[in-house]
Amino acid sequence: MSEPTGATGPAAQEQPGHGERRVRVVLVDDHRMFRTGVQAEIGETAQTGVEVVGEAADVDQAVTVITAVRPEVVLLDVHLPGGGGVEVLRRCASLSADPERPVRFLALSVSDAAEDVIGVIRGGARGYVTKTITGTDLVDSIFRVQEGDAVFSPRLAGFVLDAFASTDAPPVDEDLDRLTQREREVLRLIARGYAYKEIGKQLFISVKTVESHVSAVLRKLQLSNRHELTRWATARRLV
Amino acid sequence: MQDAATAPTDAERPVRKLYRSSDGRWLGGVARGLAGHLGLPVIWVRLAFVGLFMADGLGALLYAAFWFFVPLGLGGVEEGRKGAVTTEAAPDGRLRLVARKPDKGQIVALIAMVIVSMVFVREVDLGGPAKPYLWPTLLVGAGVALVWRQADNSRRARWIQVGRRRRTLTLLRSAAGVVLVGAGVTSIFVIQGSAEDLGAVMQASLAVLVGIALLAGPYLVRMAQDLSEERLMRIRAQERAEVAAHVHDSVLHTLTLIQRNADQAGEVRRLARAQERDLREWLYQGMGKSTEETDAEPETLAAAVKRCAAEVEDKHGVPLEVVVVGDCPLDVRLGAQIQAAREAMVNAAKYGGEGGAVQVYAEVEEKKVFVSVRDRGPGFDLDSVPADRMGVRESIIGRMKRNGGTARLRAVPDGGTEVELEMERAEATS
Repeated sequence: MSEPTGATGPAAQEQPGHGERRVRVVLVDDHRMFRTGVQAEIGETAQTGVEVVGEAADVDQAVTVITAVRPEVVLLDVHLPGGGGVEVLRRCASLSADPERPVRFLALSVSDAAEDVIGVIRGGARGYVTKTITGTDLVDSIFRVQEGDAVFSPRLAGFVLDAFASTDAPPVDEDLDRLTQREREVLRLIARGYAYKEIGKQLFISVKTVESHVSAVLRKLQLSNRHELTRWATARRLV
Repeated sequence: MQDAATAPTDAERPVRKLYRSSDGRWLGGVARGLAGHLGLPVIWVRLAFVGLFMADGLGALLYAAFWFFVPLGLGGVEEGRKGAVTTEAAPDGRLRLVARKPDKGQIVALIAMVIVSMVFVREVDLGGPAKPYLWPTLLVGAGVALVWRQADNSRRARWIQVGRRRRTLTLLRSAAGVVLVGAGVTSIFVIQGSAEDLGAVMQASLAVLVGIALLAGPYLVRMAQDLSEERLMRIRAQERAEVAAHVHDSVLHTLTLIQRNADQAGEVRRLARAQERDLREWLYQGMGKSTEETDAEPETLAAAVKRCAAEVEDKHGVPLEVVVVGDCPLDVRLGAQIQAAREAMVNAAKYGGEGGAVQVYAEVEEKKVFVSVRDRGPGFDLDSVPADRMGVRESIIGRMKRNGGTARLRAVPDGGTEVELEMERAEATS
């Protein structure tokens, strides 16, 4: 499945030599088998540029490890013993807010229930991908998150569109509670399975502009308070 | 009970237990419940009770005991009941309890009770010393009956939603019961001792009550806690059993099939994919749905698109990722759009499935419904397709045109094909 944004081929060309750049990653997942699998797929530092510097299986471990090693990116499972990914995000809030060396979180889950997805995003994760993602796409997403961009899977884009489409309540803050026409278009194309580069071509804008639109949407999603998005998602049972 | 209410349609009673009947009852539902349990006509049981009543009030005692100890249950009788409650099929297929007329039966029963007890009180000579206690006792009895009837009602309210406005009535009734009991008890005191002693008696009884409360309180609290905990555990166990049943039914079955087909990669992938989809649907979309329900024809666009994609996925072994935004009920034109989308999905799976998952996106907007199907295959040019190949022209473009929609095919710059289908929504459904 070509889950996220960055297409396999083109993205790799865009960022030549992952080998030159390094990103330190902590894996948080309660399934050891899964951690081993991810490690095997992305852990070849020489090729991928990803260095797995720590692993954790529950919330307490995760907080300890993340505080100790200060990775740049955390791959965070949504369902974890001890309170789930949201709890890790809450307890690491000061680390991710650090302007010098921010720890960024990328949610990685087998679940694609709307409440899980929107829950971690509202908790502060920079993106959400499902576990069916390929290794290359995952590496690409990790770099994207490390640079401060948002990573939207098609499904997440669908949830967000849906959440912001229901306009029965008047927005509290026009800037936050509404998506601009452009942002909507970008999200639609993501939901249709386009990579950032393809979206850029389609809308005659640069990849950077696409990225800034997506980041703006993420910010709105995290800050908007009108919808109480999590409850919305649960109520509508959107998958 | 005036409100039309929904009754659970499949109340299963594996063990035949004695319940008081909650419908078609006159007074507490004792006779009807008993009749249902014993398989006798209700009238026999009622007559028997009346007969026993004449025998020194034994019937009344028995009746009261039944009322007190036998829990209220649903049904209790299978035979036709005369007009008290009728069920009819509602539009959504559920059985509905139709509003009950003010219970004529209940009134008759009450009047009969009063008359019989009058006779009873007159006839029976309770002797000198017991006589003064008769009325207070009756008062207490009435109060207790009132409160217990209330308990029945609240029990029934769990099965049947009773309107909110009845809450005051409930409170009033409980209060009346308490007042009656209080009055009865007080008059017993008053009759027993003279009025001057009342204060002392009250104090003493209060002291005793507090003592009992202190002694029994912790025990009662713990018992209540234990009970609720046990209930929670039982609910959890039930949920676990449900999950286990589902896992057993479908997942183990699929795993067996996969083991048997281990050498056929395509078949294994198809099985695993179908199972994954099924499990996801079940886990993340509410567990309430039974298989029969999911097998029914989808009624909304989202369900139809998902169903379509699942079928194509099963048939062609190519994963389809479906994203649906918004939802609306299906109509003829949207049905045609789904058909066209299905054709597009089949094409994408057949010719473009090599490049990865086929992406299906459907969005319900205010005025129209948009569906896009894209693959990352080699792509194809409509003009180069021979004119006699009608698949795309007829099944997709033609179908959309005939139903007043539009279809666009285009090659995606970096490989692959995208089919975009647009259909106006019917006015009524907006």
